[in-house]
Amino acid sequence: MKPRLWLALPLIVFGLFLLAVGWRLSSPPDPTVKSRLVGQPIPDFTLAAAVPGKAGLVSADLKDGGPRLVNLFASWCVPCLAEAPVLMDLKRRGLPIDGIAIRDASADVAEFLMKHGDPFRRIGADPQSQLQMTLGSSGVPESFIVDARGVIRYQHIGPIMPQDVPMILAEWEKAR
Amino acid sequence: MRTLLASLLLAVSVPALADSAQPPAPYAYRQLDDPQQEARAKELMEELRCLVCQGQSIADSDAELAGDMRHLVRSRIKAGESPDQVRTWLVERYGSWVSYAPTFGPETLLLYAAPALLLLAGALLAARRLTRNRV
Repeated sequence: MKPRLWLALPLIVFGLFLLAVGWRLSSPPDPTVKSRLVGQPIPDFTLAAAVPGKAGLVSADLKDGGPRLVNLFASWCVPCLAEAPVLMDLKRRGLPIDGIAIRDASADVAEFLMKHGDPFRRIGADPQSQLQMTLGSSGVPESFIVDARGVIRYQHIGPIMPQDVPMILAEWEKAR
Repeated sequence: MRTLLASLLLAVSVPALADSAQPPAPYAYRQLDDPQQEARAKELMEELRCLVCQGQSIADSDAELAGDMRHLVRSRIKAGESPDQVRTWLVERYGSWVSYAPTFGPETLLLYAAPALLLLAGALLAARRLTRNRV
């Protein structure tokens, strides 16, 4: 390389640095954490009932009776309020839904279901987020579609909003 | 007056609930009884990424999920698992992203090869310089 070109090197490096910064600022990295268990069998677990009068959730429950939605929710979770009517709608369309109550008290879950509807067939209690981590989930609400063989087919991060309903139903069909 | 009233109201207002009202998990803030196990758990917790407060380790973070992750790490170490087994368990679920200690693989090959490559480049540069000076 000729001496003149050497002189331009710091400017070139600086230009590349500006490009890198500009690129990252204009397309920030996706902060959602996807579970690596999508496509894999759901791990074995046993959860006690979250509310009296409704069964808890055991992994074996997910291995018969066709594909269903497993919804991680909490009474203290604000986006779950927005999601509640959409889950009721999905239930009316025939999608079976099982719930997992994250870090919640039985009385609070019962009150939440009374106020916002109860779309769940079973609800397991996960008082210390240990099952949430077992599933590779990192927040509420999150939902998984589990097929009839107990394989996780799809993960939805954040609340299911009305515009997501056709997509969720399509994923459910695909899991049949 | 209005500013004073507003700040008073702000001081007594309740923030929107982003956390549960439940107590932290037993081992979120309690050390293990065995100091050796605690030391192993602590070392691992400093290398695990908090999932909700990304950029902090679970040892540094006060988020609820970080507390639950510390409980997970401590109870598994207490049950006799090695720190590597716990890390692998988490990586299987969240990807290598969850660990601050990079694992060796195709995506980190450049990272591990960089020191050797830089050293080689330096040696070549030095060699050229030295031979030129001798002439």
